[in-house]
Amino acid sequence: MATFEFLLQGLWVAAQPMNLLYALIGVTLGTAVGVLPGIGPALTVALLLPVTYRLDPAGSLIMFAGIYYGGMYGGSTTSILLNTPGESASIVTALEGNKMARAGRGGPALATAAIGSFVAGLIATLGLAFIAPYIVKLALVFGPREYFALMVLAFVTVSSAFGDSTLRGLTSLFVGLALSVVGIDQLTGQTRLSFGVPELLDGIEVTTLAVAMFAIGETLFIAAQGDKGPDKVEAVRGSVWMSKLDWARSWKPWLRGTFIGFPIGAMPAGGAEIGTFLSYATEKRLAKHPEEFGNGAIEGVAGPEAANNASAAGTLVPLLTLGLPTTATAAIMLAGFQQYGLQPGPLLFATNPQLVWGLIASLLIANFMLLVLNLPLIGLWVKLLTIPKPWLYAGILLFATLGTIGANPSVYELGMLLAFGLLGYAMRVFGFPIAPVVVGLILGPLAEQQLRRALAISQGDVSVLFTSPIAAVLLAIAAAALIVPLILRARGRGQVLAQLAANED
Amino acid sequence: MTKGLNPSTTTRRPDRAALFIAAVLAAIAGLIFWDVSRLAGAAGYSQVGPTTVPYAIAFCLAGLSVWTVFEALRNDFPERERQEFGPVFWIVAGLVAQMLLLNVAGFSIATGILFALTARGFGKRKLWFSLPVGIALCFAVWVIFAKLLQLSLPAGPLEHLFF
Repeated sequence: MATFEFLLQGLWVAAQPMNLLYALIGVTLGTAVGVLPGIGPALTVALLLPVTYRLDPAGSLIMFAGIYYGGMYGGSTTSILLNTPGESASIVTALEGNKMARAGRGGPALATAAIGSFVAGLIATLGLAFIAPYIVKLALVFGPREYFALMVLAFVTVSSAFGDSTLRGLTSLFVGLALSVVGIDQLTGQTRLSFGVPELLDGIEVTTLAVAMFAIGETLFIAAQGDKGPDKVEAVRGSVWMSKLDWARSWKPWLRGTFIGFPIGAMPAGGAEIGTFLSYATEKRLAKHPEEFGNGAIEGVAGPEAANNASAAGTLVPLLTLGLPTTATAAIMLAGFQQYGLQPGPLLFATNPQLVWGLIASLLIANFMLLVLNLPLIGLWVKLLTIPKPWLYAGILLFATLGTIGANPSVYELGMLLAFGLLGYAMRVFGFPIAPVVVGLILGPLAEQQLRRALAISQGDVSVLFTSPIAAVLLAIAAAALIVPLILRARGRGQVLAQLAANED
Repeated sequence: MTKGLNPSTTTRRPDRAALFIAAVLAAIAGLIFWDVSRLAGAAGYSQVGPTTVPYAIAFCLAGLSVWTVFEALRNDFPERERQEFGPVFWIVAGLVAQMLLLNVAGFSIATGILFALTARGFGKRKLWFSLPVGIALCFAVWVIFAKLLQLSLPAGPLEHLFF
């Protein structure tokens, strides 16, 4: 099978000493930043994107892959020891993991999270390698209207299918779409919404927006909550090694979590959270001692954490094969590709196979590095959690502005950063999700291009969008993803959220 | 949802902040309509041009604005926690100071001020301590990123002193 050959080639690329070094720097930075409270993978990737500006594309993307996986690992450490998960996908890990840490079993909790992440990352990355060629082949029959339908589906799932309000999700999405129109139209060269300001002609930088909303908006929000006393970091007592019983209780949840998380990540279904919730519910139902759930059951850490990492690898399937980001993190990674003029998608597999397969192979290598980095060195990462808040957030803003200045040292760009930071803060206060803005901004122009191509072919006949069977099915799913949650919320008022709240003490 | 438990929500007054959000959304929609209407006539023979998608977005934003008005009248927005604006002010002041000083005073000093004011926002009041620490840290960052990783970070008097 050709996949093996490509993967071996990729491993050869990734095993070059320089690329190994880039991967090592990536996973170290990713873990270090990901472990900081309040910083999720999306922000980790956005903050560290500028670090890679001066590298060649292959090296940069390899470092990037390391940052992505490292951020996922780091997030679970935070949620187990601090109970303030840095990323929404770790909420479930915090439920059981923090209880285990409080009961003095923080070591095994961290170990099962790390090994579970490793197992899931390994299987899911291999899954990515074997599925990608098939999706690439499938994508070749996709025309503009199928792509447009796919993007509509991604818009709906990212903005409104999950979360607590359809209205606020859609509003966030359309704010992002409105921002995406700013600048020069790609097809006709006309300027739109730039109001004669020359800096606006290039449009709005995705990284500036993401850093502003996630880093500055979050910092302002935390600051505005006032001083609520120090967060309690649970010390890691005892051994980090798992007992035989821990192993016996963990290995099945790892595998189940992987097989739940990967398909969910691979579908345009809005991020890793759903996979972790499903895995948690599954483990709770299958457990021999369901009464332990809520008091620190190791299955409740092992399963969701595996699902989390598996769906992180899963989101790379639509990103690499279709150029379709389904999470904020993936949207920022797409921006990372675009800074080198690379557009992920079926064409990239044909024109630049070395790069794509080098990236996939380096994910495997990054996964091994993270296992080594996380188990013995856990004490070092725990120390990072004890940085006092003032220095932590001062440092976050230092690096947030560093990235923007490094990309474009202008007063204007910093002004954008501040303006979007304030917007992000206001959105947090009123409960608007941030991810749809970022996804809307980056995916908006791509969706517009496909829509206009489709309509240009049909000479303006809109019905063409529904007459292709694939597009029709995708649009029907999108409509269902929009309408069903709306009905559910009108009736049950967000059952999932209520269930989650009941599990917390 | 703890609706009805809190006395302030039981009065059923329309949510003013949410009405304001609706107004902002309507204003953005109007802005897009106004700006794009200048481009009218640019559409090709297929009736689809650079104006099609902005019009669609503006139309949807207007719709969302109306929807927001309904939710505001029905008090469907979630409870908001009380915000303390003092810390927010310090951090915004830091960002503004950095923005204005960056090209004059260089990266280290401008960002050092941002660092100290952010720490001030989080309760570190001793600026005489946090300001030098911030500037020293930012200078170290400048050396690493501008010299080793070749990022173009503006240099000022402090940087010129050493390089």
